[in-house]
Amino acid sequence: MTITFDKLELRQGEFSLTADLQIEEGHKIALLGPSGGGKSTLLSALAGFNTPQSGRILWRGEDITGTHPAQRPVTLLFQDHNLFPHLSAAQNIGLGLRPDLKLSRAEHDTVEQALEQVGLKGQGAKRPAQLSGGQQQRVAIARALLREKPILMLDEPFAALGPALKHEMLDLVGAIVDAAKATLLMVTHQPEDALHISDQTLLIAEGKAHAPQDTRTLLANPPLVLRNYLGT
Amino acid sequence: MADRAQQITLARNGHLSRPSLFKTLTGSAALLVVLLLTLGTVAAVASHATVGRGFTPADWAAIRFTVTQALLSATLSVAIAVPTARALARRRFPGRQVMVALLGAPFILPAIVAVLGIVSVWGRSGLISEGLTAVGLSPLNIYGFSGVVLAHVFFNLPLATRLILQGWMAIPAEHFRLAAELGFTSKDVSRQLERPMLRAAVPGAFLLVFLLCLTSFAVALSLGGGPRATTIELAIYQALRFDFDLSKAALLSLLQFALCTATAGATLALAKPTAFSIGLDHPPARWDGTERSTRLVDTILLLAVALFLFAPLVSVILRGLPPLFALPPQVWPSLLNSLLIAVPAALLATALALALAALITELSRRTGAAALLEAVGFLALAASPFVIGTGLFILLNPVIDPFKLALPITIAVNATMSLPFALRILLPALQRAEDHYGRLGASLGMTGLTLFRIAIWPRIKRAAGFAAGLSAALSMGDLGVIALFAPPDFATLPLTMYRLMAAYQMQAAAGAALLLVGTSLALFWVFDRGGRLDHNIR
Repeated sequence: MTITFDKLELRQGEFSLTADLQIEEGHKIALLGPSGGGKSTLLSALAGFNTPQSGRILWRGEDITGTHPAQRPVTLLFQDHNLFPHLSAAQNIGLGLRPDLKLSRAEHDTVEQALEQVGLKGQGAKRPAQLSGGQQQRVAIARALLREKPILMLDEPFAALGPALKHEMLDLVGAIVDAAKATLLMVTHQPEDALHISDQTLLIAEGKAHAPQDTRTLLANPPLVLRNYLGT
Repeated sequence: MADRAQQITLARNGHLSRPSLFKTLTGSAALLVVLLLTLGTVAAVASHATVGRGFTPADWAAIRFTVTQALLSATLSVAIAVPTARALARRRFPGRQVMVALLGAPFILPAIVAVLGIVSVWGRSGLISEGLTAVGLSPLNIYGFSGVVLAHVFFNLPLATRLILQGWMAIPAEHFRLAAELGFTSKDVSRQLERPMLRAAVPGAFLLVFLLCLTSFAVALSLGGGPRATTIELAIYQALRFDFDLSKAALLSLLQFALCTATAGATLALAKPTAFSIGLDHPPARWDGTERSTRLVDTILLLAVALFLFAPLVSVILRGLPPLFALPPQVWPSLLNSLLIAVPAALLATALALALAALITELSRRTGAAALLEAVGFLALAASPFVIGTGLFILLNPVIDPFKLALPITIAVNATMSLPFALRILLPALQRAEDHYGRLGASLGMTGLTLFRIAIWPRIKRAAGFAAGLSAALSMGDLGVIALFAPPDFATLPLTMYRLMAAYQMQAAAGAALLLVGTSLALFWVFDRGGRLDHNIR
């Protein structure tokens, strides 16, 4: 039960990243490293948004390198633009069930439950512009919940939120991932975020993704690349 | 995000020093010139219009023709532009960048050259008619309504496509990724992403094209005419030039002004046309529209549009090359006249735009008057060169023979016509420069011209060069007010070209057309290049 990056090489212009590692399912994993290091690129590749130069991505032993994004086992939350501005919160969530939004009675109820689970009970009719930044990301989390994909990936969706709110959101995501027995992959710049939620950390620096290690062990005894980044 | 927030704070906190006297003076002077040329001439016209006589049946026919052709041209342009822009937004193919760049070409292509190209493809002895007669059918006749609409679609389809393509490019890349992740079909993408964007983008594009078709003159002059295909602009021209009926020209001018101002007002309210923003080159990756049928439709559409747009251009180049080396003698003095008009007009338009932009930037820190000023700059788009021409004629006639002033009048009118575009280019650049570096410069103790020279000008030089280049090309190719004022022995290059075409000297006209296009592009290049020299900008 693993995600495997098999001699994967990603390129965008000058930039390149290699990843040759395995991720065990069921963990909460922080992707830590300097900006521009390739954390988002790795998540994009797993989601199917950029095509690797070479190598393969395997999911439970099956090659998904060329699979359409919708057929992949992942939901990716972006920093911005997770919601369509002209649709209500409930409709944005409903898209996770049916892209054409022709929802049945039961599906409408499911959307309502998802809203309640992320703490937005009764706010389904609001448009994104009427919600705060944190509430907007809660809507996106609710949609991720309904999609029931085994891997949830966060590309810094909480970067614009204050520390307290960010931890609250991370706890919400943690609880949802635990309940669904899913795997979490989360991009972060902050070691304290990694400590707060993740049990493993995947270090990405200098064009290379390193195999995940226990977060506490890694941060207690950081290798040179990480020390350079942390400035310790 | 953070960048935008920072800009807003800067704009809000902007320096609270007193308004610069220099900027206020130059800005007000520029404003005065623009108002005099647009509204002042209308006032002069109004004083001469005798409403008592009202419109003749011929006038009504001109009004109906003008509105009908503009409506149909705008409808067709937008109707074809939407699927074309969609195809350009979701397809990646070699030559895409070239095609997008060339879509900007008809905008600076002299109207009379485009007409020649269209005639050589669609005309009675054009490529298509030759094919038709070869199989025993009658040749096409493009003079009249259909020709005017055809030429207007030729001009405005690329503009509408670029405007709508901008809408597509403004959809965040994340939304297409989200759509792919959620398994959207092409239909879902169309409903959830594209239709909301189109509802916002299409009305503005439609109205802008409608406005441009209302005021276009060269097309109506060369392809229209006669009782059944006369536009209001053409009727004004004929009233002044052939009937010497000043009050009729004045009455028609007022009507034209009202029609255009109403349309321009609606355009401004609905959407700000920004046809010059860059960034149409790298569309976000797409995962929809991969079905065989949509690929086929897109391919056929893009090929058809490319053929429709580029065949006339290629035809002008091919036909114009041989006679280019044996041009009739009257071409050369008219080329000189055109340069004597285009260069000062470009400098004047850029100076006016810069002064207005500086005043707008200055005012935007204090009041909402900036929006009003911006609208004034836009007013010139609604102003018809013939209304301005008629007004100047009325104002100058008692003092001096207006025909003796053909050159300065044409320079002034051409500068006014280019002003809206120059302002659109310069204003954002100046605002950015003031926001980012004005405060920095001021904090270092720079003031007035020093601040402008060291902190601002290097940042806006490029935009100024582009604005001047565009104005020069537009003025070079303009066949408008010069037709009204030119004495028989005086001509600009577009006018000479028109006279050659009217005399059915198509070979010589094609040669002159190539010379005209070449000079316009060279002028554009020189100014644009000038703006890029020296300074390291990014």
